[in-house]
Amino acid sequence: MDLLNLFVKSIFIDNMVFAFFLGMCSFIAVSKNVSTAAGLGLAVTFVLTVTVPIDYMLDKYVLQAGALTWLSDSFANVDLSFLSFIIFIAVIASFVQLVEMIVEKYAPALYSSLGIFLPLIAVNCAILGASLFMQQRGYETLGEATVFGFGSGVGWFLAIVGIAAINEKIKYSHVPDALKGVGITFIVTGLMGVAFMSFMGIKL
Amino acid sequence: MAEEKESLFSKNNLKLLTGPLSSSNPITVQVLGICSALAVTAKVESAIVMALAVTIVVGVANMAISLLRNTIPNRIRIIVQLLVVATLVIMVDQILKAFSYGVSKQLSVYVGLIITNCIVMGRMEAFGLANKPWPSLLDGLGNGLGYGMILVIIAVVRELFGAGTITLPGIGELQIIPQGLYECGYENNGFFLMPPMALIIVAIIIWIQRSRNKDLIKK
Repeated sequence: MDLLNLFVKSIFIDNMVFAFFLGMCSFIAVSKNVSTAAGLGLAVTFVLTVTVPIDYMLDKYVLQAGALTWLSDSFANVDLSFLSFIIFIAVIASFVQLVEMIVEKYAPALYSSLGIFLPLIAVNCAILGASLFMQQRGYETLGEATVFGFGSGVGWFLAIVGIAAINEKIKYSHVPDALKGVGITFIVTGLMGVAFMSFMGIKL
Repeated sequence: MAEEKESLFSKNNLKLLTGPLSSSNPITVQVLGICSALAVTAKVESAIVMALAVTIVVGVANMAISLLRNTIPNRIRIIVQLLVVATLVIMVDQILKAFSYGVSKQLSVYVGLIITNCIVMGRMEAFGLANKPWPSLLDGLGNGLGYGMILVIIAVVRELFGAGTITLPGIGELQIIPQGLYECGYENNGFFLMPPMALIIVAIIIWIQRSRNKDLIKK
């Protein structure tokens, strides 16, 4: 039940886009049509679901204060947590590179539809953000970390698909010239954020 | 080749520094680095600290990549860039933790997220990889300042209307809206402190800027 609660919470209440503004850059750039947005959303969800647990393991067994005691007791005072940024980003960047190569080799069709987005995911703040939140909030088990990663991914997916769908419709309305494009996207995102705020406090 | 050498603050170089403040502003025109821009702007203090941190990181990282540009193989350049930035950000984070722990707590994960701040990557890809170190440093600093300027504007609006105060680093909270106004029935608009309001303020800034500068309107 706790896991379900965490899942729902990371999708709606702690939504990566609306509550923390993570992954906004690709969010604004790609939110023009629903199918590419969905493709990017899927890729981000997948990368999040895998990298958050990996980073969790690294944090627990390598980086935290005293985490290295499983090697030898003399490491009890070693605290490598200042290295976490560089380790996390290295994991994410190399994982994205790996996924890119595998997809390119075994699923060329998927690669050509996702191709451009895959390398961009490495610098998507939502991915690194999820790992850092995982570390900061101190999730206790591997299960929690995985569920959190997956939930954040789904939340991001929902947000980007929703905004892309709205953007497709906005093309037909009269937006002031100076507000066209980026400006109106910001306002729409803001209003969606207000809507998502109403989920606050929901518990299962 | 001495006569070909540009002076350190020639017109072109200065333009690199001032351009990002208005006509090629990283946030409102290039639309880079939005993530952190919005999240840290509930207080002016954290916005200023964040702006400084980003300016330093962009400037130095841009210069470092420019120094390394002929030795980085193209295929792995993103990882190399990330490592350079991550190292710098770790240093900034440690300095913040040592000298202003409160602000560092407030900024929480967003200091770490400078690594994936699109401004840093964007400038390195677009400028650092193709230019000499000195212009790259200026370009980085300029973009950092342009970013910081917008950040501070958003933060001032949000904090002023949301809490009636302005918090400056080193000085502390200043009450801007006079007490008398509250007695007349004025209320702080707490909504300004909520995340969605930041997006709307950015949109308004973009709107104002584009209606004053028609060249920026696309199509």
